[in-house]
Amino acid sequence: MAMAQMTQTAKISVDLKVLGPILALVALIIVGALLNGNFLSAGNISNVLSRSAFIGIIAVGMTFVITSGGLDLSVGSMAAFIAGLMILVMNGLLPSMGAGWPLVMVGMVTAIVAGTAAGFINGFLITNMRIEAFIVTLGTMGIYRSLVTWLADGGTLSLDFGMRSVIRPIYFDGILGVSWPILVFALVAICGEVVMRRAAFGRHAAAVGSNDQVARYSSVNVNRVRMMTYVMLGVLVGIATIMYVPRLGSASPSTGVLWELEAIAAVIIGGTMLKGGFGRVWGTVIGVLILSLIDNILNLTDGVSPYLNGAIQGVIIILAVILQRDKKAEG
Amino acid sequence: MKFTTVTAAAMVAALAAPAWAQDTKVIGVSIPAATHGWAGGMNFHAQEAVDRLEEVYPGLDFVLATASDAAKQVDDIEDMLATRNISALVVLPFESEPLTGPVQAVAESGAWVTVVDRGLAVEGIEDLYVAGDNSGFGTVSGEFMVSAMPEGGDIVVFRGIPTTIDNERVAGFEAAIEGSGINVLAMEHGNWNRDDSFTVMEDFLSKYDKIDAVWASDDDMAIGVLAAIEAAGRDDIQFVLGGAGMKEMIARTRDGDAMIPANVTYPPAMIATAIEMTAVGLTSTAPVSGTFVIGSVLVTQENAAEFYYADSPF
Repeated sequence: MAMAQMTQTAKISVDLKVLGPILALVALIIVGALLNGNFLSAGNISNVLSRSAFIGIIAVGMTFVITSGGLDLSVGSMAAFIAGLMILVMNGLLPSMGAGWPLVMVGMVTAIVAGTAAGFINGFLITNMRIEAFIVTLGTMGIYRSLVTWLADGGTLSLDFGMRSVIRPIYFDGILGVSWPILVFALVAICGEVVMRRAAFGRHAAAVGSNDQVARYSSVNVNRVRMMTYVMLGVLVGIATIMYVPRLGSASPSTGVLWELEAIAAVIIGGTMLKGGFGRVWGTVIGVLILSLIDNILNLTDGVSPYLNGAIQGVIIILAVILQRDKKAEG
Repeated sequence: MKFTTVTAAAMVAALAAPAWAQDTKVIGVSIPAATHGWAGGMNFHAQEAVDRLEEVYPGLDFVLATASDAAKQVDDIEDMLATRNISALVVLPFESEPLTGPVQAVAESGAWVTVVDRGLAVEGIEDLYVAGDNSGFGTVSGEFMVSAMPEGGDIVVFRGIPTTIDNERVAGFEAAIEGSGINVLAMEHGNWNRDDSFTVMEDFLSKYDKIDAVWASDDDMAIGVLAAIEAAGRDDIQFVLGGAGMKEMIARTRDGDAMIPANVTYPPAMIATAIEMTAVGLTSTAPVSGTFVIGSVLVTQENAAEFYYADSPF
């Protein structure tokens, strides 16, 4: 920051780096509002924020993993697997426990425990067995995707109908018109921001991602920090799944496809460095909102062929990152 | 001299082949992996047909391979040809173009080829074509919409993954509703996926104050659409027409759910038809070559019970 104030040009580029994602988000909101009168209606805003929550909650965890120099490709498959497991456990216990909140609690505990275990397995293989994060999570991505296909017998796992009305409010209800997924996403994001900025763990994660040798000499337990980022991400995948299952009450092999790439894209749009060493949780939140808004706006307008949705997303992702590229990092 | 050696070898091979074939003939079955509901049902019926036919015909052996993409399917077929010496191949191509060459190579090796659902890019390769009727699927859907909405109305349409299948269905649908007073407000791809359709329907509900009906064109998409309508608490939508005959949706039609008055079949069990006919062709003198089109049928409350398969995952 002190460097930035030395010359005018450097200052502008640093400002853009921070403001880039915010500018992109504001631009999208203006475009959306101009294109469709219902864009800023409470219903639409609530829809967009609720559906952002799954990727958002996961992306906050992903921010820590990427900041400490790691990567996790398995989160989408992991979410599908945990969703399938949660449904199977609740269906299995329904005859003995009956439809009600105790059973929902069991489902939630299942999701958190499974998420913790899955995160631990990734972390263990990466830190203790010293395998590249990319390879480990590519492997577990395939494993979880196959497992959910196998559990579902290739079809769809559906929550028993009696249970569905009990669990539905977790996605659709809330406090004062703000739905639970939005509240949980907000809480996770605020905690994530505080941990990243104020807690020792956030600093250690950045130090490990920046230079793990130096971090080790500074008596940071590098393996423990790395392990914790994966376990934390696993827990957050569990929480996201708890929000996801009530919505449609089902899980299938197509659940959570490409969530990992959306989460990684949101993290990078938000200003976290893919190579590690610097992370910004609030930026990730903005990245997630940008990705959801693009989809929403394309659905609300008629001008663009739906075949081109992916291209428009790609262009906006690249633009958002160009706005904040770091000139000093070159050479 | 050389010529006679080759001829002799060929004659030995020609004499030896039937003798060997009388022991066991191998039928290779290559299908896409169970990545969505319909494919899951198709996998189930393929497995079931293979298990059943292995009992019925001791002289037949089956190799079942599921592929997650077109390239993997090409590998599967090449492996079957190279290592399993297949006498027949039953293939449901992932995509027409990439699979045409490898399947042609199988046909040229002298094996029987049965193609299911999606045709190949070159005509005349296959001995038997068991086809779903995508255009008819759209036509039947469109005709039901017209009969259910005699005064016309505003609808939204959900499309699948952008493919020939999807294009044919939509073209059939559009032709059937032409001039009926049914107005398509918007079409969007729900990719045969519940989550995608849920978000698209949420956005349609924000965009339009009044929607009379929805052609979801697929039961997975219909489930997402219904969840979005329920969450929004909108009562202007009279019904949602899905398709492909998922058993949960068939059950709701059977039980008289007003939101799901009908379904249009596109049976995943067509793979079983193809395997069965191929087995018949290999083991008997009954002719089975040609094209066999499995029509799309309208399911309403009256006949829904006939289309409910309790054991199938789909």
